[in-house]
Amino acid sequence: MSLTDVVVIAGGLGLGVLVVWYFWLSSSGGVKAASVDGMQELTVVVKGGYTPDTIVVKRGRPVRLNFNRQESASCSEMVLFPDFDRSAKLPEGTVVPIEFTPEKVGEFGFQCQMGMFRGRLIVE
Amino acid sequence: MGESRELELPIIGIHCDECATRIERALGELPGVAKARVNAVSERAFVTHDPETAPVATLVESIRAAGFDVGLARVHLSVEGLHCASCVTKIEGAVRALPGVQSTEVSLANEEVVVDYRPAQVAPGELRIAVESAGYRVRESGAGAAAAMPHEHHAATAKPVEGEETEDAAARERDREYRRLRSKFLVASVIAVPVTVLSYPGYVPGLKSLSDETIRIIWALTAVAVLPVLLYSGSHFFTGAWFAFRHRSADMNTLIALGVGAAWIYSVVAVAVPQLFPEGTAEPFFDVVGVVVALVVLGQVLELRAKGRSSEAIKKLMGLQAKTARVIRDGTEVDVPVEEVLVDDLVVVRPGEKIPVDGVVAGGHSSVDESMITGEPIPVEKVEGDQVIGATINKTGSFRFRATKVGKDTALAQIVRMVQEAQGSKAPIQRLVDVVAGYFVPAVMLIAIAAFVVWFVAGPDPSITYALVVAVTVLIIACPCALGLATPMSLMVGVGKAAEKGILIRNGEALQQAQGLDAVVLDKTGTITLGKPSLTDVVTWGDFPEADLVRLAASVERSSEHPLAQAIVEGARDRGHELVDPDEFEAVPGHGVTARVEGRSVQLGNLAYMRQLGVALGNLEERASTLADQGKTPMFAVVDGRAAGVIAVADTVKEDSRVAIKRLQEMGLEVIMITGDNRRTAEAIAREVGISRVLAEVLPKDKAHQIHLLQAEGKKVAMVGDGINDAPALAQADVGMAIGTGTDVAIEASDITLITGSLRGVVTAVEVSRATMRNIKQNLFGAFIYNTAGIPVAAGILYPVFGALLSPLIAGAAMAFSSVTVVTNANRLRLFEPRMVATPAVTDVRVEGAAV
Repeated sequence: MSLTDVVVIAGGLGLGVLVVWYFWLSSSGGVKAASVDGMQELTVVVKGGYTPDTIVVKRGRPVRLNFNRQESASCSEMVLFPDFDRSAKLPEGTVVPIEFTPEKVGEFGFQCQMGMFRGRLIVE
Repeated sequence: MGESRELELPIIGIHCDECATRIERALGELPGVAKARVNAVSERAFVTHDPETAPVATLVESIRAAGFDVGLARVHLSVEGLHCASCVTKIEGAVRALPGVQSTEVSLANEEVVVDYRPAQVAPGELRIAVESAGYRVRESGAGAAAAMPHEHHAATAKPVEGEETEDAAARERDREYRRLRSKFLVASVIAVPVTVLSYPGYVPGLKSLSDETIRIIWALTAVAVLPVLLYSGSHFFTGAWFAFRHRSADMNTLIALGVGAAWIYSVVAVAVPQLFPEGTAEPFFDVVGVVVALVVLGQVLELRAKGRSSEAIKKLMGLQAKTARVIRDGTEVDVPVEEVLVDDLVVVRPGEKIPVDGVVAGGHSSVDESMITGEPIPVEKVEGDQVIGATINKTGSFRFRATKVGKDTALAQIVRMVQEAQGSKAPIQRLVDVVAGYFVPAVMLIAIAAFVVWFVAGPDPSITYALVVAVTVLIIACPCALGLATPMSLMVGVGKAAEKGILIRNGEALQQAQGLDAVVLDKTGTITLGKPSLTDVVTWGDFPEADLVRLAASVERSSEHPLAQAIVEGARDRGHELVDPDEFEAVPGHGVTARVEGRSVQLGNLAYMRQLGVALGNLEERASTLADQGKTPMFAVVDGRAAGVIAVADTVKEDSRVAIKRLQEMGLEVIMITGDNRRTAEAIAREVGISRVLAEVLPKDKAHQIHLLQAEGKKVAMVGDGINDAPALAQADVGMAIGTGTDVAIEASDITLITGSLRGVVTAVEVSRATMRNIKQNLFGAFIYNTAGIPVAAGILYPVFGALLSPLIAGAAMAFSSVTVVTNANRLRLFEPRMVATPAVTDVRVEGAAV
């Protein structure tokens, strides 16, 4: 085994660890929804993912998430909240509000139709 | 006091004259109001007021304070270029200056102006002109989304998920995206062809003789030539990958960008510094860059085209909405946009016209084609008091109806909303896919890295070339799209198809449950049967004429309120008898009725009554007992003291119940009947429709428990019943199917709502569910097989044995067409037709019934 081989193997392993760490193990913090007139409201930008992708809301109070899709990739055309039976088409450049009232505490996912883009809704 | 104006306000909630006085008093007390008059019948207030001292808002406030509400219409205007706070005041000022505008609200975030106004005074068009004269452009779709509704509903519908507007916008966007992708594809393919030819100079006549030096220069030129492919045609892969990366996620874009990017960089290095590579192996593959981008973009173009078709059902539904309505305002017929129809408006419909909103017929009669909503092909007769559904088509006569539901409350709007929600929901079968999707792309990246290392270390020479080609092929062939699209695409088409047939499936879970059912429990009354008694048998005694018997009996019953009496009256009318008013009518409690008709003494009642009268019955008693065995209610008739015959009344079976039940049984489902009726009646009906298992004498509150017992037998049970009385049983069942009543479509307890009353809906629901789930499984199977077979082959697993290696070009083609295949397969569901055809006539059913 030559030195180049060893370097390539080591590089491959390193890269692999990096991929695992970056995509699976690390995660970003959550953003709390602002509360206006009892309505917890937040704008979520859809562009290569959801920004913010972790949203913290309070239980039992209505939530309005304004989705603003700023890309044309058809993958993100829809956003789904499977646990709340809510979904919406997101035409590019239009703000689409999704409203519901979380009644249970816990962590719920939201995602695009194909599950490539994901976000978390944490109900406290 | 300034100039005074006349104002007309629609009022909601006036039920009595006293109410009108109350409002008049409340308005009259206001300073600035000269005169206030309220008409309780037209439900309108006419106010003469000074807009300076008593603005409209104050009037509305005082009406509300008196406990009523003002019917206002609301319009959402979508405005372009709304950026600053000063725009808000400018627009609000312009709109408020109009008469009839009650309030305006400008939302910067949504670029939207919401106006509450009185449709009698100002039209949405004028509101638009006001906004435009303030210097802003109103988007077309905004006006289209205008929705009129009583003000009381506003809080609840502040900003619901828009139906038509969103769908239109989505369609427009899809169109834009389609054109964008198509030109990207054209550019990529125009460049990819010559680049590919030049990449293999050894095989092309004319290029063969060129020196290595010249070829290297040509390659350097192709490196530049493919740049437009990367920077224009494939730009969205790179930007998409970058945005995903920033979100610590990876998708299809990541894979394509990595694969194509790596191929380009490697090729540039190979051309620029060939000495880094073993002698004679420094060959570029710019062809991979061009061809893969061109193919994947082509795949996206085709996929987009196919996707547009899959939402056809919902577009069709929305297209049903009428555009205008003919409404009676101030005693004259006026055509108004459908958005401006208010609850309680009187709407006139002529033959051939579309019924604009939901309502109740107030005068006239006609037959109405409701097939677009209910899936029922035969037109329905409508007389005064009957419900009509918006978007259905009036066939023969003219009639007027009172609007009961407008805007977002109409059956059509509810159906659209429900279908959209269901299309976006998830089937449990997708859970596995979701888990896989979360790990898929990074896992593919790991496999590519591993393949690179293995080929580099253990592969044949030139190992670096092989290693790179293999890694690039792995990245390109993996297709998360096919996997991700498999379930939602089929669900979308399947749910849409069901809606076309008058079946509303609440979500993906309901659909998945419906395909795996073992048993269907049918409520008897109103589900299998019509739910109301009708005259079924007339048995005469001796030579007493049948016509006389029916006419006399029905005339007596005219004075009775009992539902069985009503059945006899209706039955006699259907047979063309003229009825007369009875004299000396008297009800004999627990026995029957007696009266004088046409000067003859007539008694109608049960056996006990006959015994009391002491009438000889002969074999009538036996006949009556036979009828009772069939689940019917027999009544003896006595005319002038002598027995005249027996009339039987029964709740009759719906004409297609038998066929539907037979079909359900053929589909392998156990059909069970549940009813609160006595066993004898229940069994008679069960025999007639071919059901062998009957749960009779079940109290309404025990129905849910009975369902639970069936589930304890290990069965997946569907319950079919009406949404109100059977709600607990519907909720308990694995699938609750509510038989709808036309306009009330959003039945909470049910997983599936059948808009028509026919049991054929149950059959179709199960068939659609089965077809959709089959389609989903095909898609998932295909996508899983494709990825699990494609990735190892791309990684070179076949090489040690067969010496076969996949070209990255083929990988690109496979990837592009795998997702197209999934979408196309889902679209196949559009061709689905329920196998059971409509039963043509009642007689057919009867014949089959007699054969049992």
